[in-house]
Amino acid sequence: MATPTFPKKTAPLNAVPVTYTAPKFEVQSYLPEIFRGVGLSMKHFFDNTREMVQGKRPDPVLDRYEAGITTISYPEQKRPYPERFRGVHRLTTRQDGSMRCVACLCCSTACPAQCIFIEAGEYPPGDKRRGYERFPVRFVIDELRCIFCGYCVEACPCDAIRMDTGHHAVPYDSRDQFIYDRDLLLSFEGAKGTFETQNPRHEPGEASHPGVTREHGHS
Amino acid sequence: MTLSQFVWTIVKILIMAGFVLNLAAILTWADRRQSSMIQDRIGPNRAVIKVFGKEFRLAGLLHPAADGLKFFTKEDFMPPKADKLLFMLAPIIAMGMVFTLVTTVPFGDTVCMHEFLPRFPNIFVGPAVPRWGSCSADVKSGYFPIDLMVAPLGVGILFVFAMSGQGIIGAAIAGWSSDNKFSLMGALRAASQMVSYEVTLGMSLIGAMMIYGTVRLDDMVRWQSDHAWGIFVQPLAFFLFFTAAVAENKRIPFDLPEAESELVSGYFTEYAGMKFGMFYFAEYAEVVTGSMLLVTMFLGGWALPFFHRDGLTIAFGGVTLVHLLIPHFWMTLLGVLTFFGKVIVICWVQVFVRWTLPRFRYDQLMKLGWRVLLPASLANILVTGVVWLVLDEAGPEVADALRLVADLTQALVVVVLSYLVFKLLRGWFAPFKHERTLLGSSAEQAGKLGGTKSTAMQA
Repeated sequence: MATPTFPKKTAPLNAVPVTYTAPKFEVQSYLPEIFRGVGLSMKHFFDNTREMVQGKRPDPVLDRYEAGITTISYPEQKRPYPERFRGVHRLTTRQDGSMRCVACLCCSTACPAQCIFIEAGEYPPGDKRRGYERFPVRFVIDELRCIFCGYCVEACPCDAIRMDTGHHAVPYDSRDQFIYDRDLLLSFEGAKGTFETQNPRHEPGEASHPGVTREHGHS
Repeated sequence: MTLSQFVWTIVKILIMAGFVLNLAAILTWADRRQSSMIQDRIGPNRAVIKVFGKEFRLAGLLHPAADGLKFFTKEDFMPPKADKLLFMLAPIIAMGMVFTLVTTVPFGDTVCMHEFLPRFPNIFVGPAVPRWGSCSADVKSGYFPIDLMVAPLGVGILFVFAMSGQGIIGAAIAGWSSDNKFSLMGALRAASQMVSYEVTLGMSLIGAMMIYGTVRLDDMVRWQSDHAWGIFVQPLAFFLFFTAAVAENKRIPFDLPEAESELVSGYFTEYAGMKFGMFYFAEYAEVVTGSMLLVTMFLGGWALPFFHRDGLTIAFGGVTLVHLLIPHFWMTLLGVLTFFGKVIVICWVQVFVRWTLPRFRYDQLMKLGWRVLLPASLANILVTGVVWLVLDEAGPEVADALRLVADLTQALVVVVLSYLVFKLLRGWFAPFKHERTLLGSSAEQAGKLGGTKSTAMQA
């Protein structure tokens, strides 16, 4: 019997030519290859079982180039997210606990998915912020519509909206549970565990306040 | 049949059926968990039971129980145009035949009740029974030998073949009666595949039967215990039988009748609830019974190397090195445990076969069955017959040499088993080597955070 010849292929310039070999006898006769295959399965089985039973399995994040079980038991174990991971939004607060948002509508304007709705309101008469800032009476984000692009965070002039909670989008039963309102967004902590941000806020009346105030007009 | 014999038969049925049922259930667990270990996964471990507020997962062992509960509570759907009688009958046949064929499989050597009953409390230290020779029977006073097989039939292995052949009918009428083209094609495949491989299954054992000189399974085990295990006298038949048995079980790589990617679920596509559960369970029970036959025919059944009915006898040719008498009770217990242990090991190996080999194409399957396995089994019969005749005529010197070789194979089994146990223990206590490689800013940041964040969990 003549050895089978395979048609020569002209390889494209950027490809690595494949060398075809006729099937060997030890491959054709099943049994040796079956033993090799079962042996490989057994090696994985014994290694993984030993690591599992003795509790020494490689960390799927730190030892990810090691052989061994690479999956995790999700709710009990979690892979760390990158530092700049964009999670669910939060509204930051000032030092005194009031919200930083001034209802300028920059975020809802920048939002490509149009998932932010803001209804602005005036501070009551007598409040020292009245006349300088407004505040959101309603601030609603539809987390199902959100595409997590982070444009709202970029657009915010007051560092009032952030996506550093570290929570990914949560599954719920119904759609109305994905509508996050102002108080819920205010209740999320940042990754550092605070409701505030690193950037100091310069309130009207403080010396560091850069803009116009009632006491200090345009000079 | 006296009442005592009847009670003992019931006990034997309970032991055998309980073993097959429980091992089949554990095999579904082994199939899941072992495959996950092979494929570097964790595997299913979510079924949980709460006892006094504590959660127990038992390494996923509760999943078969959860499966059973689910099967019983699901809707028992039947296609409107299905043949109702045959549709109901098919899973019963499929499962019933599997349990019928284990009746002739012996799980231990014959128990002599006259050793036990007269001096009942001191059965653990009594004298050993003779290696050859039968037990004395005194049926009137309840002393009779108990064959540790449910039905001590004279036809033995022939009954097994007759019953395993009926399993085809279950698959065939299941596919025919469910009024579904996928089911019908699965049934056709199942019927032709099982008929084809049953020829090899039977032919591969004829050589073994010629050498053992009997069709009774317990006499076959006694021959192997006295001489050499079947895998040494019929090595080719061992592989032929193993292959044909996997094909009879309809498991990967021969799972064409229920090929998920081609036929949905083959002949039991239309089955739901516990009827599906019976087919599913019958498949695993077939694995157990196939392993039992393999162990009985080729791996020495209840026999351990150098252990005989009267105790431990290490002898090579005519030279006896060790002769240790062991009470009958301990030898019986050892035999039963050995048989069930061997069956568990063979089932465990079959799971590896399932999760390693890819499925055959249908024409490859038929070619393998008719052009490779069947001629090989026929050639095995011819060669066995010729060699057996030549050796039988050769005279006493050759017989003595064969006697020595047979004893050496027993020693070989001991050496191989010891080596495997040694290797297993050495591997278990070997140090772990994990090299940490943190490439890229994301990995470095994950390393700073301490890797995977985990809370308390089991399994």
